[in-house]
Amino acid sequence: MDAGVVIVGGGQAGLQSADSLRSAGYGGKITVVAGEPELPYQRPPLSKDFLAPGTEASPLPLRGEAFFTDKDILLLRGIAATAIDRPCRNVSLDDGTTLDYGHLVLATGTRNRTLDCAGARLAGIHYLRTLADARALHAALPAARNVVVIGAGFIGLEFAAAARARGCNTTVLEFAPRPMGRALTPVMGDWFAGAHARLGIGLKLSEGIERFEAGPDGRVAVAVSTTGARHLADLVVVGIGVLPNDELAAVAGLETGNGIRVDGCLRTSDPAILAVGDCANFPHPRSGERIRLESVQNATDQARHAARTIMAGAAERPEAAPYAELPWFWSTQGPYRLQMAGLANPGDDTLVLGDPAAAKFSVLCFRDGLLAAVESVNLPADHLAARKLLAGSARISRLEASAQGFTLKAAARAMAPV
Amino acid sequence: MPTITFTQPDGSEQVLQVADGTTLMRAAVSNGVDGIVGECGGQAMCATCHVYVRPEYARSLPEITEDEDEMLDCTTAARTDASRLGCQVAVGPTLGAIVVDVPADQV
Repeated sequence: MDAGVVIVGGGQAGLQSADSLRSAGYGGKITVVAGEPELPYQRPPLSKDFLAPGTEASPLPLRGEAFFTDKDILLLRGIAATAIDRPCRNVSLDDGTTLDYGHLVLATGTRNRTLDCAGARLAGIHYLRTLADARALHAALPAARNVVVIGAGFIGLEFAAAARARGCNTTVLEFAPRPMGRALTPVMGDWFAGAHARLGIGLKLSEGIERFEAGPDGRVAVAVSTTGARHLADLVVVGIGVLPNDELAAVAGLETGNGIRVDGCLRTSDPAILAVGDCANFPHPRSGERIRLESVQNATDQARHAARTIMAGAAERPEAAPYAELPWFWSTQGPYRLQMAGLANPGDDTLVLGDPAAAKFSVLCFRDGLLAAVESVNLPADHLAARKLLAGSARISRLEASAQGFTLKAAARAMAPV
Repeated sequence: MPTITFTQPDGSEQVLQVADGTTLMRAAVSNGVDGIVGECGGQAMCATCHVYVRPEYARSLPEITEDEDEMLDCTTAARTDASRLGCQVAVGPTLGAIVVDVPADQV
């Protein structure tokens, strides 16, 4: 008798793994070990709708309570996995119990990188990842006047736009020369730098944080940057990226390195153990490189794939189709809805379609002469067409895309139906 | 309190009473209504909360935005005149009750 599937992680990847296994007819025991005490919830709205003025701070559950009973999935809340015993195939939990597994799915996600500069522990300095973090910010924002955000990544800029919309003086410090530089083309990064300036956000590029100083009440009062500039701050949000939670895997002797290393079937170096979502370092067939992605799409699509691997008993079938879904992402920053299809590379040749001045345009990225990624602002039609084109076998050249009258939507419509 | 009725392809019904301002997607996900996923958290990004609104309620619905319109072209089950994204329709004073059909597939 199969000992069942244990899933470590109660986020999007963990719950989708459980859901997909049941939907595929898996009849064994399924246990989800969720580290946080709440009913598992959606993280993306925490830095968007959740912070808007006037909204009631109520989280959106990933699945309702009834889901777990209806699907016979045991959800352990507020409990962490502490060790994996691979020879015995069990997981130790911090409540002193152990769980046997036939397959183990690691959906451990990521944690925030933290600052360690002087003053980094002062009251008034926040991070934004969990529901508890978001509630603390929601409570602090109404009284905030001078907000400083450390890091111009997606989370930092989403928060900055929300703080600005509430009328706060908002400054963003970014040590790199462009916002969202790891994820976006330079042309899109530069456009967003201008767009945030127009919203009235003080985006300081090539300027990192040096230290924080406290006021008479002991709370943060000033952020001193690497240029020596002093920025008034009664509320600080730090958004400087995340680290994969791969220690549980590493201690168990699984291969790690910027995440838990998996093969195309999402199996770790132990075929009874899979890893999915933000924590998984996987070979991406489109680029041939190992990558790790932090997104809802990657979490849910990998979870579905892992469920197929388990159902197929793919441990004996390494030739099973590798995970190859097209990555896509979104970020909502004030009035700007940024949508990305495919992964842009710094060296990509770019072509702008649409009207940047009207905040409705797309940046097409070409690699080896062919369309490889598309970034869109307030143009959902372009984004969805790009997803269809890039996921399919369409080959769009720069020459073709530069022709008078070319649109992504028309090109997608012209594709042969899959 | 407004009521939302979800009808499944097999004809079974679930009637929910929810607070003003609740979207169809949030109500469905929170109450474990089968067939409504809401993968993107209500951002009109994933089309996994597609529903068919019964025609008698069509007049009380909010207008379809460009985002929703484009997304509805990407639903797994076929789009019809009755198609909406559950995350873009909230019940409240102008929509005190609604009946929707849940499609057979979302993903």
